[in-house]
Amino acid sequence: MGGVRLALVLALSLILQPASPILAQSTPPQPAAPSFAATPEDGQWTIPQKNYASTRYSDLSEINTETVKNLQVAFTFSTGVNKGQESAPLVVGGTMYVLSPYPNILYALDLTQPGAPMKWQYNPKPAAAAQGVACCDLVNRGPTFANGRIVFTTLDAHVVAVNAETGEEVWKTKLGDINRGETMTMAPLVVKDKVIVGISGGEYGVRGWIQALDINSGQSVWKAYNTGPDQDVKIGPTFKPFYDSDKGKDLGVTTWPADAWQQGGGTVWGWLSYDPDLNLLYHGTGNPGPWNPNQRPGDNKWTAGIFARDPDTGEARWFYQTAPHDLHDWDNINELILLDMEWDGKPRKVLVHPGRTGFLYIIDRTTGEVLSAKPFHALTAVTGVDLKTGRIAYNSEKEPVNNRVVRDICPTAPGAKDWNPSAFSHKTGLLYIPHMNMCMDWESVEPNYIAGTPYVGAEVRMYPGPGGHMGEFSAWDLQAGKELWTINERFPLWSGALATAGDVVFYGTMEGWFKAVHARTGEVLWQFKVDSGIIGQPTTYRGPDGKQYVAILSGVGGWAGAIVSGDLDPRDSSAAKGFVNAVRDLKNVTTKGGTLYVFKLP
Amino acid sequence: MRTVLILSLAAVVLAACEREDRDYRSNPVTAETNEKIALVPLSAGPGGPTEQRSGLGKDYEENAYHISQGQRLYTWFNCNGCHANGGGDSGPALMDDRWIYGGQIENIVQTIREGRPNGMPSFRGKIPDDQIWQIAAYIRSMGRNVPKPAAPSRKDDMSPGPAEQRRPPGEVIDGGQIPPSAQMPQ
Repeated sequence: MGGVRLALVLALSLILQPASPILAQSTPPQPAAPSFAATPEDGQWTIPQKNYASTRYSDLSEINTETVKNLQVAFTFSTGVNKGQESAPLVVGGTMYVLSPYPNILYALDLTQPGAPMKWQYNPKPAAAAQGVACCDLVNRGPTFANGRIVFTTLDAHVVAVNAETGEEVWKTKLGDINRGETMTMAPLVVKDKVIVGISGGEYGVRGWIQALDINSGQSVWKAYNTGPDQDVKIGPTFKPFYDSDKGKDLGVTTWPADAWQQGGGTVWGWLSYDPDLNLLYHGTGNPGPWNPNQRPGDNKWTAGIFARDPDTGEARWFYQTAPHDLHDWDNINELILLDMEWDGKPRKVLVHPGRTGFLYIIDRTTGEVLSAKPFHALTAVTGVDLKTGRIAYNSEKEPVNNRVVRDICPTAPGAKDWNPSAFSHKTGLLYIPHMNMCMDWESVEPNYIAGTPYVGAEVRMYPGPGGHMGEFSAWDLQAGKELWTINERFPLWSGALATAGDVVFYGTMEGWFKAVHARTGEVLWQFKVDSGIIGQPTTYRGPDGKQYVAILSGVGGWAGAIVSGDLDPRDSSAAKGFVNAVRDLKNVTTKGGTLYVFKLP
Repeated sequence: MRTVLILSLAAVVLAACEREDRDYRSNPVTAETNEKIALVPLSAGPGGPTEQRSGLGKDYEENAYHISQGQRLYTWFNCNGCHANGGGDSGPALMDDRWIYGGQIENIVQTIREGRPNGMPSFRGKIPDDQIWQIAAYIRSMGRNVPKPAAPSRKDDMSPGPAEQRRPPGEVIDGGQIPPSAQMPQ
């Protein structure tokens, strides 16, 4: 009798457990998307980030853990360009928009017709010479949609707005000079009536900036540099950085050798996020120039960090530097995911950022305070982040010395993870991070600044990290600060991730496998081999027929795939700034391509 | 007898110097050699294109001094920034056998001087003419299209692979790659 009663109590307690008030107190609620990103699903995918919080999550669930195994090709489309396809296919209403790498052709496909025929194409005809000052293949990270327009950047540093219905050019603004090594590759973000864009060219001694254009006219509204005097950086009385090392006058000048800030990098070529409640725009800044750190003693503000700015004026609100006096090309332009989560019992508005440094940063996005920095990659070059000062601790043994080869530096120059964005599932509360597992040898050599040519000063060769594989796809528990599961991949992961309410997460590999995995277990539920390696960003949408579709561009390239897209010679281990050494077998596995694949259930 | 020995030794030594005979005064930046070359093997009418090569190229690419000067200048003028140590980066590989704009030293000189449409900048007026020839001679050594004894041995910096001297003799296939702009739709 007693035994039965005990069993009953146990059974009851098991049933009641999820609702138990005691349990609710001990386990904080899982991280959640902020209200501005948790709006009802409209079935579209209008900006590469999906929403202002950059969660890259869709509430569609027709494709789920049960049905995904039946996915099949719905239609394909050739972009006509065999270079690295990093762009995200967008869907607005019944039209899909696909942007090719240089020459940056925008295609509109009619989803209401069988086979999604082309509605129109728009060719901005960028200068061919721009190809000579693009560091890492001829990529573009996507167009964006706002106010009835598709807005995108071109390799020769123009921003274009095109009528989304007709394909007619509305305006085209030149923002950079290729003779100074300035190019553009990023996806713009539209905030209110402003198009926010930044410049690329951190390997060419470009002085980085971010700029807002009027979406109606294309005219510049504000421009903020990331090096130089406070006035140029838009640092004024409202700038309140959390850490003392970011306080002081004209740090963008004084933390550099004389005039070095003028070729100091700090470019903006990655991801932007926006919090409409705080009215703050978040952007990262790229590596300082040149790579060789011995040329630029000092903290090299405001490179390799994160800015929060007022999108109306460009005024800086706070800054956090992930890599002061960056040693290893650790740009800080990776995705900035805005979430609400409980931290030490208090609700915090946070910014989550898997950095090139190898740390997953959780930062209070109101103040810039670092709440947590946990490693997600094998580390030898850094030992940790001091949460009191916010400062990263470099391992002095791995610091570059001129004309000496320093070995076994992990992570590498492209970082623990490069530009390819993670996804956050609103449902599981987990972050899905496509990243790398590599180490490198590095020799600093004296660079020579010649405008319009590279300004690097380092000989590098990369190779696989511990375990021998180079890519990892990890599900990350933000609250616990650790991986839940990881899928190892032979080649580095250079594709973005997509999370869906069907508990299926998508990503692609450089061999050309497009994979759907279980969001909770990491089990590969479905995979399909496309024509070329994948370095693009998967997106999903509800078609005019009411069915859910998943889209991805194939076409290997980018820094990681330059060996294939640029026909590089693997006998030189320093080719593509040392990346070729790691991926020397890629030519035996995949070829160039440029194809859109769209999948659906039968 | 002893005098004869000294004289004959001196003759041998001086004869050895002959191989390295060179001008120490550079051409002014504005001076330009004018080789008459074609970019293609095809011409209107039989017999192939009309070309006139002065033979200056041989003086550079068969000379170890010029090649090693070229190796130094290759880094100084940031050639390595785009072409790495011959394997390529944003610019094409230079150690392989494919030459979009011709792989003879005269073609390479012209490519450096004039630039090329898909990203190669023009260095006219930026690099003295004889130094362009030296750089071109070094580039010819990357695919070992120069005599083995003249090609560089292992350099002091991080070794990117076997030194030029240790590479097997190469060949040159002209026009081996379609430049990306030629693939442009529309």
